[in-house]
Amino acid sequence: MAVAPSPQATAAAAALSRHRSAAVPPVPRSVRVATAARRPGWTRARAGLVARAVVAAKGELASSDTGGHEVLMFEALREAMIEEMTLDPTVCMIGEDVGDYGGSYKVSKGLSEMFGDLRVLDTPIAENSFTGMGIGAAMKGLRPVVEGMNMGFLLLAYNQISNNCGMLPYTSGGQFKIPIVIRGPGGVGRQLGAEHSQRLESYFQSIPGIQMVACSTPYNAKGLLKAAIRSDNPVVLFEHVLLYNLKEKIPDEEYICSLEEAEMVRPGSQLTILTYSRMRYHVMQAVKTLVNKGYDPEVIDIRSLKPFDLHTIGNSIKKTHRVLIVEECMRTGGIGASLRSAIIDNFWDELDARPVCLSSQDVPTPYAATLEDATVVQPAQIVAAVEEICQ
Amino acid sequence: MAAASFTAAKFLAPVAARSGGDRARPSPAPSAFAVRPLRRGPARRLGSVMAVSSDVLKAAPAATAYPAVTREEALELYEDMILGRNFEDMCAQMYYRGKMFGFVHLYNGQEAVSTGFIKQLNQPDCVVSTYRDHVHALSKGVPARAVMAELFGKATGCCRGQGGSMHMFSEPHNLLGGFAFIGEGIPVATGAAFAAKYRHEVLKQSSPDGLDVTLAFFGDGTCNNGQFFECLNMAQLWKLPIIFVVENNLWAIGMSHLRSTSDPEIWKKGPAFGMPGVHVDGMDVLKVREVAKEAIDRARRGEGPTLVECETYRFRGHSLADPDELRRPDEKSHYAARDPITSLKKYIIEQNLASEAELKSIEKKIDDVVEEAVEFADASPLPPRSQLLENVFADPKGFGIGPDGKYRCEDPKFTQGTAQV
Repeated sequence: MAVAPSPQATAAAAALSRHRSAAVPPVPRSVRVATAARRPGWTRARAGLVARAVVAAKGELASSDTGGHEVLMFEALREAMIEEMTLDPTVCMIGEDVGDYGGSYKVSKGLSEMFGDLRVLDTPIAENSFTGMGIGAAMKGLRPVVEGMNMGFLLLAYNQISNNCGMLPYTSGGQFKIPIVIRGPGGVGRQLGAEHSQRLESYFQSIPGIQMVACSTPYNAKGLLKAAIRSDNPVVLFEHVLLYNLKEKIPDEEYICSLEEAEMVRPGSQLTILTYSRMRYHVMQAVKTLVNKGYDPEVIDIRSLKPFDLHTIGNSIKKTHRVLIVEECMRTGGIGASLRSAIIDNFWDELDARPVCLSSQDVPTPYAATLEDATVVQPAQIVAAVEEICQ
Repeated sequence: MAAASFTAAKFLAPVAARSGGDRARPSPAPSAFAVRPLRRGPARRLGSVMAVSSDVLKAAPAATAYPAVTREEALELYEDMILGRNFEDMCAQMYYRGKMFGFVHLYNGQEAVSTGFIKQLNQPDCVVSTYRDHVHALSKGVPARAVMAELFGKATGCCRGQGGSMHMFSEPHNLLGGFAFIGEGIPVATGAAFAAKYRHEVLKQSSPDGLDVTLAFFGDGTCNNGQFFECLNMAQLWKLPIIFVVENNLWAIGMSHLRSTSDPEIWKKGPAFGMPGVHVDGMDVLKVREVAKEAIDRARRGEGPTLVECETYRFRGHSLADPDELRRPDEKSHYAARDPITSLKKYIIEQNLASEAELKSIEKKIDDVVEEAVEFADASPLPPRSQLLENVFADPKGFGIGPDGKYRCEDPKFTQGTAQV
């Protein structure tokens, strides 16, 4: 997954180690996260998700047992920003509270002091306009990273993301590129209510000309953000509100992740489980049970939501001949629906069983914890689905 | 000349009042202004309004008060306006002859705005337009043949036939579009202006003249859209080098400006955001030019944005598909009598800047340019199938990895344009 470091890597690494030692260690927690931690539901989230996440991510990082440093996911994203802004003066950040406040999840903590408030631009609350501004700036040579304070707010920027990120390079006959990154926290959090629990990947996926990736670990969060910044295509990076405090050891050396590749989480032989973002951890929780029951599932974090990595997915299906998709996205017109369709189109002859997709219920995410839990896929459902598929 | 200099004292007073009759009365104005008593038009009634009975022209000082314009400048303006007019007339012909399709919005009547503003720009300055964008492209220097070929959907068009009438772009001319949804170009223009400031302050790359300037063109209908207000705010907040040019042609398709806008004096929204707001007769290219000059200079010096409302009129329907049944004949003839090209011609002759014969020869030259554009467009090839999948992504890796492990764009079907994506 790791790609050879760029020639400027040394400079970036030096800059980063400076910033890291200077600014990162006294980790300022997000105000929202800190508040959430005091809620009863949070213990559930922490115990159920975060602890396991560390275990889940370990496998990938076998190489960095000796070196490396531990970071939380928001710190990994912040490192990516610092490195890329140090390497390339055209990289800038635009969004609500990204500057003085340091980002609602602290991804840009301290960056405006480091790089100045023009490079880390606090905007008024005007999503469509500041996203469009990022697009105009990208047309004129900058590489803006636009933060949606909450991904759901970017519904207000849908016009700009669809028409101008997605279509403009094409309608201009290739004269303009839009090297913009649009990123922010999304997904179903802990009782955030319907509007703050949205999964916009389903809405964005049919926009031509954009790429979409979802990060799930500090390692891939950093690598994907760096790759997205360097890409000449508009990239939407989906972060998950519940994953910002995942801790993991990541390499000290510079690395980037491919925007188009899926990530093998657990090799197995019996069936392929395709998932992404936070559902990766529900899957891994289920896998524990499944392994105890004697199953051997393969788990792939698809990571690239558009386009799909048909190579990694196909190779797995050719091995297991059975597929389960687990997503937090809505069932109707969601990522899972598209993925299942791509699997049927490309690998029908390889399938020994109906490809199954577990998605969130098509309901506005309820506030009450019991109902919220019933909205998203739970590990027990994954276990049951695997047992059924493997019958 | 009312709007030649819009210092703080001046821009706060209305330059000329619209009828709408019983609407806002101008406050006592500074002496520098040519302000006359508000003419009381018929009381405004919802449901049946004549858009305006403009008296801007009558309020203006006599021709002698016009700002100086050299012979060369006047002829350049004249040529550009003739080009805009003839080009659009030719588009109508070609549309009815089935050479172009879709929605085609013509600019006839509004030429003074495009010419008056864009001819003041340098090459690195940017223009952001709307769906009524052909003439902005021409004024910015995009060759007529490239615009016509784009309208014909040909591979030689300025966007290779992929954009069409409402999506004109030209990177070498810094024409950033061509935006077909109301208001969506304004944030992009604001971003281009932000990039200019960024180049100056962060990258230290500015030209010695100052900041590169961006013009955002849009109509009266757009001024009731949130992106307009959001961007006025941001542009003034960061003192961005942008000019918001409202081409108020009084009609948003079939919606009269007076029926859709609580305060029809759009220029007043500038001061509300802390920037100068100027109202100018958009049928008078010399006045537009003066206002444009000052606004552009301010922007270039880093003094921030300006909102300019140009009162103008389109001589044709909203698009070539619009039967144009709502606008009253007397309203149309009122503005037809104020044709900006005729006015400039009259001025040039009166001022002995050029002879009738010289103007004729410009018209002839432009006729040839437009004819040649049509011939070029007609003879140009249609885009080949191989073009279909180009430029969807600047980096075609965006099409992803296929089952064989190779990037799909490496498949010959991608260069042939026959792959299924």
